Amino acid sequence: MSSALNEALVFECETGNYHTFCPISCVSWLYQKIEDSFFLVIGTKTCGYFLQNALGVMIFAEPRYAMAELEESDISAQLNDYKELKRLCLQIKQDRNPSVIVWIGTCTTEIIKMDLEGMAPRLEEEINIPIVVARANGLDYAFTQGEDTVLAAMAQRCPESVNKKKEPSNLTDQSNHPPLVLFGSLPSTVVTQLTLELKNQGIQVSGWLPSQRYTELPTLGEGVYVCGVHPFLSRTATTLMRRRKCKLIGAPFPIGPDGTRAWIEKICSVFGKTPKGLEERESKIWAGLEDYLKLVRGKSVFFMGDNLLEISLARFLIRCGMVVYEVGIPYMDKRFQAAELLLLQKTCKQMNVPMPRIVEKPDNYYQIQRIREFQPSLVITGMAHCNPLEARGIDTKWSVEFTFAQIHGFTNAREILDLVTRPLRRNDNLKALGWSKLVKN
Amino acid sequence: MKLAYWMYAGPAHIGTLRVASSFKNVHAIMHAPLGDDYFNVMRSMLERERDFTPVTASIVDRHVLARGSQEKVVENITRKDKEEQPDLIVLTPTCTSSILQEDLQNFVDRASRESESDVILADVNHYRVNELQAADRTLEQIIRFYLEKAKKKNELPESKTEKPSANILGMFTLGFHNQHDCRELKRLLNDLGITINEIIPEGGNVTNLKNLPAAWFNIVPYREVGLMSAIYLEKEHQMPYVATTPMGVVETAKFIREIASILNSLTSVNSALGLTKNVNFDDYIDQQTRFVSQAAWFSRSIDCQNLTGKKAVVFGDATHAACMTKILTREIGLHVACAGTYCKHDADWFREQVLGFCDQVLITDDHTQVGDMISRLEPAAIFGTQMERHVGKRLDIPCGVISAPVHIQNFPLSYRPFLGYEGTNQIADLVYNSFTLGMEDHLLEIFGGHDTKEVITKSLSTESDFDWSPDGLAELKKIPGFVRGKVKRNTEKYARQKGIRTINVEVMYAAKEAAGA
Ligand code: SF4
Repeated sequence: MSSALNEALVFECETGNYHTFCPISCVSWLYQKIEDSFFLVIGTKTCGYFLQNALGVMIFAEPRYAMAELEESDISAQLNDYKELKRLCLQIKQDRNPSVIVWIGTCTTEIIKMDLEGMAPRLEEEINIPIVVARANGLDYAFTQGEDTVLAAMAQRCPESVNKKKEPSNLTDQSNHPPLVLFGSLPSTVVTQLTLELKNQGIQVSGWLPSQRYTELPTLGEGVYVCGVHPFLSRTATTLMRRRKCKLIGAPFPIGPDGTRAWIEKICSVFGKTPKGLEERESKIWAGLEDYLKLVRGKSVFFMGDNLLEISLARFLIRCGMVVYEVGIPYMDKRFQAAELLLLQKTCKQMNVPMPRIVEKPDNYYQIQRIREFQPSLVITGMAHCNPLEARGIDTKWSVEFTFAQIHGFTNAREILDLVTRPLRRNDNLKALGWSKLVKN
Repeated sequence: MKLAYWMYAGPAHIGTLRVASSFKNVHAIMHAPLGDDYFNVMRSMLERERDFTPVTASIVDRHVLARGSQEKVVENITRKDKEEQPDLIVLTPTCTSSILQEDLQNFVDRASRESESDVILADVNHYRVNELQAADRTLEQIIRFYLEKAKKKNELPESKTEKPSANILGMFTLGFHNQHDCRELKRLLNDLGITINEIIPEGGNVTNLKNLPAAWFNIVPYREVGLMSAIYLEKEHQMPYVATTPMGVVETAKFIREIASILNSLTSVNSALGLTKNVNFDDYIDQQTRFVSQAAWFSRSIDCQNLTGKKAVVFGDATHAACMTKILTREIGLHVACAGTYCKHDADWFREQVLGFCDQVLITDDHTQVGDMISRLEPAAIFGTQMERHVGKRLDIPCGVISAPVHIQNFPLSYRPFLGYEGTNQIADLVYNSFTLGMEDHLLEIFGGHDTKEVITKSLSTESDFDWSPDGLAELKKIPGFVRGKVKRNTEKYARQKGIRTINVEVMYAAKEAAGA
């Protein structure tokens, strides 16, 4: 399969000089998702400055995160890391009383080789709060991969399923299939929507990683099936398979009605269920999107790449009738994304458009040259490039919004197109004014 | 280790990048991990910059950790040299390079042999200096580099400009209202018959730095950035400087008089410079103070009388907090209960400045201390940074923002200087509006507040004949308040059409989809 895939899709790798968010940014959505958690980022002023500015107003709402800011004396090992961390964690315990403290390791803790994994269990015992260690640093990962490192660490903390034959008590309600745990952090409304979609097919979701509270982490173990909802969770998937002996369902991701349907169908097929009414459901959603589809059909897109959602979004947009020139992506796990890549390929054939080139570790400078050459209708990119491109008459959409908007499931397909068409709609309004190029040459 | 939630001044490299990217045709290359180029986002978003920010990273990753970054850094410098042909490339260390302890200077030396551009290594240590100090140093470093180079090549100007002229040092990107201040200063100097030689770094060319000594004197509008350069230029090129910030009526007058005395001292030393008699700007100051600026009149008006003795707290960078404290006390008649700054490195200067203008001084970069101070003093208004604005929100105290750190709303499109005579008008408005808002709020509370009926969350049909199942209700609660009413109405409308009596989550989402279609 994979060789057939390689023939059709072109993968390239550039220099990795691209703009993205530091993976510690995952703190911003995970502390909100896991209500009883506290995130402690052990790093420098650089990390703090990034979080403070990237999180914007959230920072003023007494968030459940803080920096353990390393000072010169920490770097030169004049101070005892263990004692220092203990002091801070005790303070956190006293002020916030969380059910779990997540330590986020950063570039600095990597370089000075601070043994967070070694210290956590000792301290955990001493202060009596679970401490989960995730190394979400900019040396190794990009943006959303931060969530992947945290969830991979959490996966180790999920309770073990006691008995393979007799399911744990929360699964007793007549589900005639093995337990299914979904992984990936989503807002609770989207969690409800996806859970319901599966329920309609007679599939019971027995838990989510992460859960709303740390104390409600799902039960894992041999015989438990797991399926991801985000394309950037490859480490979590590996951990679930290797360490927790779960069975991974490799499916496209439930982004867009096509992706959602394929995702449900794949889960159904694993559990030997015949999907009911999915085809009608999908076509009804598409019909409901027609006003937006009219706007995007025939238009072209260029993904500069910074959050790993790119393949799924490109696949959806091609299905919407767009042409995708290039899919930049920070990191491409061809195994974890295999089903998604296959669907992309199928979609291209079906829509009769050329395959996009997939550029791993892109180089933003070269990409901008290509954008100048192609003049795509829309560039999906980070904020560093949006305004300069707009000033040169190129429509852009800020990529980070896709990470924070609700884009999963049938119901939210409209949300994706709302984002994608917003610049097109706005600039349609402005077109008559004749001001599209706003830089002097 | 220090538990920190928020910081007033950013890390050192931000200061260097702000200076470097303010010059034209200067490129900064950060020696940093992926993700540390957040500066580009800030500049593009806050300044709404139309051009690509001339900052890239030479990325430190696992590979680099194992093998050192020499090849990569040199390659990135020479590549940038070819691609953009900048005049100068500034290699910018970050916290990561501080601990890697590679010999970056050596990389710079190697790279500069291979490139047309000048290449320098910013001399800043993450653990020793903050954003503002780093900006100050980098500016001085660049100026020094080009003046020494010009000296070697014998390219320094031989004489002063014919007419009195000044350099303005320290206007730069992401500065608090810097662009507006710059325009206002130009106008002021123009009124005084002083031409502007160079404005550095904003919009300046490094190739013009060699002309700096042609100016008669230097102006440093903000203490935080530019002072080191002015001191260097004084020492090496005998250029006097004015470091009084022309903010507020009194300080602006002082600023102008200092300029007069510099000009007069220069002409008496060297009458060849062209001026025969002493300059005197007193008439100009008088005219501006009484009739052009509205601030002097404002302090006299009845409105301002009502502000007399009202309690305020001031916090910000040293320049703005000190000036603001003096304006509030001396020019408006408020009572400043506490004045503070986060510029700990400049604490002595700050104390001296606000001496006699406030009850107490607070020097800290810990925002919780500032917040505690504010809640203890319960002032009628706060003048501070974005952080104090949020403290004010929580405590229901109005706040005028007078200093960085700032948000996008502090980058107004319209003309809003804080310096010079127009600046005094802006400040008067800011102060007055903060207080009237506070007063209005207070009155409203006394008389029972605004119309508080929350129409939007009530459903239109009062006799709702639907049963909401517990899961439906729970789901409804998760929807943000301002749209909840609408969602509820739409769902019930849908249920009515379909003849559904009990509304559960499924019905809700079916309704949402139907509404989308
Ligand atoms: S890239 Fe490294 S140093 Fe920079 S913010 Fe992220 S973890 Fe901190």
